Amino acid sequence: MIGLSAEAIDVGALVAAVKTDAHGAVVTFLGTTRETSPGDPRPVAALEYEAYEAMALAEMEAIAGEAETRFGPLGVAMVHRTGRVALGEPSVAVVVAAPHRGKAFEACRYAIDALKARVAVWKREIYRDGDAAWIANTAS
Amino acid sequence: MSANAARLVTVRVLAFARLRELLGFGERLVPVADGASADELWAQLAAGSAELAGLRASTRFARNGELIAGTTVLREGDELALLPPVGGG
Repeated sequence: MIGLSAEAIDVGALVAAVKTDAHGAVVTFLGTTRETSPGDPRPVAALEYEAYEAMALAEMEAIAGEAETRFGPLGVAMVHRTGRVALGEPSVAVVVAAPHRGKAFEACRYAIDALKARVAVWKREIYRDGDAAWIANTAS
Repeated sequence: MSANAARLVTVRVLAFARLRELLGFGERLVPVADGASADELWAQLAAGSAELAGLRASTRFARNGELIAGTTVLREGDELALLPPVGGG
């Protein structure tokens, strides 16, 4: 299950979608909106995400395929929010089911790192003082 | 070029995030000279904006969903996306 969602992410539904009786481990990564950004003391009120949907979905599918090739067999779900995300809510979820935990952890780490580096999604921080700024990901 | 100087092709330009704000559109049909590259279309759009010009180095181009070099020549009906550095997660 790969997608973009304007609504809150239902993590339980993602787990149910990827997990089968062949899987002994499910690793879930949730990226949640944080109150402050590195190097900027202003408190954040909310985040807004914008996506180039066609490219974002294709790249997320490609990343899921790469994870499968490297660490499979797996079940993989990746969902990213679009629009406004309130403080503390998940903006992204990566759920990986595998026969054993080692591959599940490795694949989940691979998928979220690749998503942050490659997927056509942009983030705008909206501060409590009403100002806002687009924030790009760093290499790490 | 002289033979084609009067001919135009129309490209659907998509702009995202800060580029969308600076350009003032998220999607627009833009006529460019037949044979123009993505770099040339960018120069046409960024003319007169020092802030846009300064963002060229960090901007990537995608034509019809595939990343391309700025020297790639555009064709009638192409969709050219202007992509700032990504910020997902």
